[in-house]
Amino acid sequence: MKLNCKHVWEHISEYIDDTVDAKLREDIERHLEHCEICSAILDSTRNILVLTADDRTFELPVGYSERLHERLAKEMENSEKDSTKE
Amino acid sequence: MRTTETHEAGLIARVLAGEKELFHELIRPYERMVYLTLFSIVKNEAEAEDGAQQTVISAYRHLASFRGDAKFSTWLTTIAINEGRKRLRKAKGAAEESLEEQAASHEGDFTPAPLTDWREIPLEALERKELREALRVAVAELPGIYRQVFALRDLEELSVEETAQALGINPGAVKVRLHRARIMLQKRLVPFLKTTAPARRGFFRRAP
Repeated sequence: MKLNCKHVWEHISEYIDDTVDAKLREDIERHLEHCEICSAILDSTRNILVLTADDRTFELPVGYSERLHERLAKEMENSEKDSTKE
Repeated sequence: MRTTETHEAGLIARVLAGEKELFHELIRPYERMVYLTLFSIVKNEAEAEDGAQQTVISAYRHLASFRGDAKFSTWLTTIAINEGRKRLRKAKGAAEESLEEQAASHEGDFTPAPLTDWREIPLEALERKELREALRVAVAELPGIYRQVFALRDLEELSVEETAQALGINPGAVKVRLHRARIMLQKRLVPFLKTTAPARRGFFRRAP
């Protein structure tokens, strides 16, 4: 089947995740070969995902891990006290 | 991965048998995930950090109820989501939250933005701090139901099934929301990408 751009856009997310069936994948790829607009949309969407997965984009607050384990240690200590009281 | 799960199952058994210090080791690989899950819901650093601590403490207290039919990471994510939602309700009031969700489900145009004078983002553009900042802002501004699916799938890299399980929605809804979230982000970031991408010489260039 010959796909138009709108069809390709509808499946772009599944195409990226590789969950489209083989036939549709082939049709999309054939479309991408000659359609610069869809190729650019696909590339830009993919790049956004690459950037999202990059640890430097979404950073943790400085000292987060230390504070987390400190609080957990305190919790463990307290729960021990509770259990020895009983 | 199977080996991770076996390792975790071993740690969990030992924590429950009294070697509780090992719980630190058990959660260490998921600290980032817990924080980002909370942040995707509450959108505030201090609140997300406090919620993350609470999540880990809850997980510690209730570890005995972890059955091993889900992955430990999914179980932990579910606790984080519940913690985040609880905080959101407290902060906003339930009425406002449900309004946001309604608005989100009716918001209509999910077509990507075309990039006419653009080929491919050069790698160095992805290195730019401004682009990261723009992405953070765009993600924060996504309607909640899309932001949460996007965070679990593309930020924390959970599978569709795991995301569905953690959010209590069906896998079809995960796919639809993820698609919309990605398209909304693409649209938001295109103007930004255009200004960062220099024209590439000759490559697939079309006559004007």
